[in-house]
Amino acid sequence: MSLLEVNNLNVEFETTDGVVRAVNNINFSIEDEEILAIVGESGSGKSQTVFSVMGLLANNGKATGSVKFEGNEILNAPPKQLNQIRASKIAMIFQDPMTSMNPYMKISSQMSEVLIHHQGLSKRAAINESIRMLDAVQIPGAGNRIHMYPHEFSGGMRQRVMIAMSLLCQPKLLIADEPTTALDVTVQAQIMKLLSDLQRDFNMSIILITHDLGVVAGNSDKTLVMYGGMIMEFGTTESVYASPKHPYTRGMMSAVPRLDQNVVELQTIKGSPPNMMNIPQGCPFSPRCKFSLDICTNKTPKLEITTVSSRHISACHVAYEDLL
Amino acid sequence: MSRETILKVDELKVNYKVYKKGSMPWTRPHKLRAVDGVSFQLAAGETLGIVGESGCGKSTLARAIIRLVPSSTGKVVWLGEDLMSLDNKSMLKHRKEIQMIFQDPLASLNPRMSIGEIIAEPLKTHFPKISISEMGSRVEDVMHKVGLLPNLVNRYPHEFSGGQCQRIGIARALILKPKLLICDEPVSALDVSIQAQVINLLKDLQKDMGLSLIFIAHDLSIVKHISHKVMVLYLGKTMEIAKSEDIYNNPLHPYTQSLISAVPIPDPVIEKNKKLLLLEGELPSPINPPSGCVFRTRCPKADSLCSNSKPELSTVKDSHLVACHYRV
Amino acid sequence: MSNNSLEIKAIKGRSLWDDARRRFSQNKPAIISLIVLLVIILFSLIGPQFAVWSKEEIDWNAMGSAAILGMPSIDTGHYFGTDDLGRDIYSRVIQGTQISLMVGVIGASFAIIIGTLYGAISGYLGGRTDQIMMRIVDILMSIPFMFVLILLLVVFGRSIIMLFIGIGLFSWLDMSRIVRGQTLNIKNKEFIEAAQAIGVSSYKIIIRHIIPNLLGVVAIYATLLVPSIILVETFVSFLGLGVQEPNTSWGVLISEGAGTMMYDTEWQLLFPLAFFVVTMFCFYFIGDGLRDAFDPKDR
Repeated sequence: MSLLEVNNLNVEFETTDGVVRAVNNINFSIEDEEILAIVGESGSGKSQTVFSVMGLLANNGKATGSVKFEGNEILNAPPKQLNQIRASKIAMIFQDPMTSMNPYMKISSQMSEVLIHHQGLSKRAAINESIRMLDAVQIPGAGNRIHMYPHEFSGGMRQRVMIAMSLLCQPKLLIADEPTTALDVTVQAQIMKLLSDLQRDFNMSIILITHDLGVVAGNSDKTLVMYGGMIMEFGTTESVYASPKHPYTRGMMSAVPRLDQNVVELQTIKGSPPNMMNIPQGCPFSPRCKFSLDICTNKTPKLEITTVSSRHISACHVAYEDLL
Repeated sequence: MSRETILKVDELKVNYKVYKKGSMPWTRPHKLRAVDGVSFQLAAGETLGIVGESGCGKSTLARAIIRLVPSSTGKVVWLGEDLMSLDNKSMLKHRKEIQMIFQDPLASLNPRMSIGEIIAEPLKTHFPKISISEMGSRVEDVMHKVGLLPNLVNRYPHEFSGGQCQRIGIARALILKPKLLICDEPVSALDVSIQAQVINLLKDLQKDMGLSLIFIAHDLSIVKHISHKVMVLYLGKTMEIAKSEDIYNNPLHPYTQSLISAVPIPDPVIEKNKKLLLLEGELPSPINPPSGCVFRTRCPKADSLCSNSKPELSTVKDSHLVACHYRV
Repeated sequence: MSNNSLEIKAIKGRSLWDDARRRFSQNKPAIISLIVLLVIILFSLIGPQFAVWSKEEIDWNAMGSAAILGMPSIDTGHYFGTDDLGRDIYSRVIQGTQISLMVGVIGASFAIIIGTLYGAISGYLGGRTDQIMMRIVDILMSIPFMFVLILLLVVFGRSIIMLFIGIGLFSWLDMSRIVRGQTLNIKNKEFIEAAQAIGVSSYKIIIRHIIPNLLGVVAIYATLLVPSIILVETFVSFLGLGVQEPNTSWGVLISEGAGTMMYDTEWQLLFPLAFFVVTMFCFYFIGDGLRDAFDPKDR
């Protein structure tokens, strides 16, 4: 039984300009103690996918399908059930730690609030446990710092506090939505190392959402590539990077400059990320795809096993040999 | 191959007066050293990449060069003239030759002006007597150059995507055919697949127009790709300057080494076997920088010499300069 | 290559004003208010065509016995009734509307122009200039406005000119504060930096870049400024210090009407009051509509 199993997930938003389909019939799963990276750009639907898992969709959003956590259906579960799961079983950290924390409350109050609510600890016990957690995320002088306000911390420190807060109840699954995008690269390296250490120590799984192919390469076991609300490719990180099957994945890999390579000209993907109100028929990537055939604009490609390995799947009509 | 030097920045400093919260009105303000003595040279057709993290002063440096912010001391010698000593009228002449593009593509365009008006504004400013038809044809030409359809000229910025907005900004910057283009994080706010388009465009334009570029970014991979030489800043001071291959193949400053090891490479095998040189501690406050070498509080090699004396930026070998007492 | 593009006609852009206009037109209370306001203005312009009595003529029949003979009726030609002196309220209300609206609009225009320029210049130049300019505003604001206005009218005589001067001295202060605040906000945006990098002069930056981006806020406050100036004029006239005979305004009419309420001549109060209140509401709803139309979230 997978830790989290997502089947036929659809997310739609009702807006004044029409219905926007952010996520289009996706299926994936994550096992225990595994790090799954979901990669995509604007409009890929990666954030909306995890928001619907956590029940955090905006009011005009509607999710259908099935999301099973430890075998239990949690999609669109009643708030009471979701509240029990949130923080204690599934925790989430966000891109901007400044706006995810209450600027008017001290860190001590915000952290102990979680423990008092979910584990019924006394205030003193909750604060001690919080200090212990701040130590675990390597915040120096945790005992003193815990009584400070969010704005008194630097960006990297705030993100560590966020991580500490999310781990207080020792969740089985941590969802990290672009956790290092707003941080300097040296701080990013520290935070990503911290996350993989904590993943081992706490035996948890992580869903890592990012657009940074480098961060994915060094910090995940499996990679899921999304575009226009659909899954383009999925497999172990090593397999996806060694032999990317989907034209979008291949395009992204050659569009990103690498520090260890000297390329005269970057291979670009023409066009722009899709307008989610006007998703093209068939494959959402076809308007920008070098290899696009007639069938690509008519029929949505299904995720199929690639010739690379049975665990590496891709959704594309074009044969692998024709891409090389 | 020696090209002529067009820009020479000499010990440029930008200081700000900072008043601490709750201090009395008569207390002396603190000095925030945003840029603390930066020097470099740039040749025609060359690209200098400037990297550094938050608080290193790279954006302030860019703005100080074209006098968008006042500098405290130092020289900026452009085509033989020190820009810092010019009056506003003389400076205006040189603004035709140095232009800038900004980080947030949409915010750098006036939402109430059509893109045709936006692109034409530099022409109107420097050539007020220009005829409407000539203005129209020059706008059309530069829109072609950056890959925008000229029939979009009456549209407004919010009707375009991020990548297109950045092209509009580039068109505006290039319409006066400048010699130097300063790019302040021009692709950080764009999607990954669009970044490559804009980077390629800038490189093509450089070849086509003989432009020099100063390219500021925090993404070392992009900076190395587009630059001929790279300057690494930390807390307002230069740590290292070298040709881009040398910065990667032979980084001499401990900060540069750490920076390079922190940049993730899209290759799982390399990443798993990589030895991370993590930095200790936190960025010091620019109001109260450490004595001696500003990097010493986080440097694995620091010792008493580093806290007592500031290392000078000195040449190690041909075009490779480092500011460190213990360069390897 | 160039020739082809000459044949492709330039696509019309959709400016932010167009967006705002569209949003405004979807706001029912605002559109209804706009129509009602236009009807009132139209009334004040062509109403006199339908008047039987002029605004000064005295109906000797009704004089003194307004309660019985001065009631509103179509037959006598006194559509809105008469006042105690036998004057036709219909015509008086028309004149009152003309004068009150004129005071409001002219006063507001003055405040908008002066306040916007003052605030934009102060905010953009910053530094000591800004400090001095805003201190002047602070000092003027701390003077009790109504007190000074009444003093001016008493000392220099009651006239419309004096009223304009008095209102003009103070009505621009709020606007300048608001515009300065918005200017500080806009000043930090990157497109201002871009203009400076191009070498655009400060004057042109204020006119071309700052003020057009302020106009949304200015328009909203303008629709609140007109009713507030009308209110000031109404209050001052109610006290007897504003518009003088034979001219009249809503304030004068309301004052007179309120004074005779107990004598069963309600129409003398109700008609001018109704016009006054409806106009105020219209401006407030239009202001609300403008605020929603210019909502910065959508920008």
